[in-house]
Amino acid sequence: MDTDSETWLSELRDSGSRRDGALARLHVMLLKVCMKEAYRRAPLLRLAGPELEDVAHQSADDALLAVLRKFDSFRGESRFTTWVYRFGIIEVANKLSRHPSNRPQVSLDAEEWDRLPAAFGDDPLEKTQHADLISAVRRAVDESLTERQRRFFVASVVNGVPNDVLASETSTSLGAIYKIVFDARRKIRDHLTAHGYLDVAPDGTRSGDSRAKAEKA
Amino acid sequence: MTEWWRKFEAFLETDPRDIGCDEAMGIMHVYVDLLAAGGDPMKDYPGMAAHLASCEPCAEDVRGLLAAVEDESVQPPNTMTS
Repeated sequence: MDTDSETWLSELRDSGSRRDGALARLHVMLLKVCMKEAYRRAPLLRLAGPELEDVAHQSADDALLAVLRKFDSFRGESRFTTWVYRFGIIEVANKLSRHPSNRPQVSLDAEEWDRLPAAFGDDPLEKTQHADLISAVRRAVDESLTERQRRFFVASVVNGVPNDVLASETSTSLGAIYKIVFDARRKIRDHLTAHGYLDVAPDGTRSGDSRAKAEKA
Repeated sequence: MTEWWRKFEAFLETDPRDIGCDEAMGIMHVYVDLLAAGGDPMKDYPGMAAHLASCEPCAEDVRGLLAAVEDESVQPPNTMTS
């Protein structure tokens, strides 16, 4: 462990003014980190000014509490300050994703399949080219996914609800959602491959240029 | 072929090395320190790199932490008591 990190831990384990001084410095650092992170993410949000700064202050306070609860588990794999900043970044991310201004514009349970091509950057006007491929994906979703996989895949991928927003709306962890969608991606890929929409390379993986049916569409 | 289908196919690709969000959050600080020090975390943490390539929320967190680490204005003041 580096010397600065050892000093931080020593101060936090101390009592009186030495510990108080360390806590005050940590809070100043966390507030700067959270403020900068909130403003860094602001262009993606409909949030600004005092509301954004409230998020930063709350995040810094909660991050400091998390640090105080967990600093004994710090093992010196990084600098202590980097480990501390991580709590600030995560608090800002969580609070912004749960903020009322960041609520999804579409229902989580709607199935707006026509949005799928646009979600992957295509011109929504070219609908005639999309119909066959969208139908293939819908069949893959219907026939290969569990209900839970289907719900999260459609909300996240088809409807475009950000995973962090989805996490807060469904009280499901970000990690769990990622795993659900990860498994769904693999199943859909296998289904599309089995039905000839994606080719299989000789080594068992799909080739990178394998859209015979897609090109016909 | 249509452009969206090419991107959708790439999205369906899953990397078996992908460590998932929970483990990624657990080593984010180590990964970022290595990155900030000029190391090659993609070589040392291929599972993390695979995850960040397909998980935008985690990638955004890593970008934020890297920005904080590289910003001298948020570094601790030189008032350590020992």
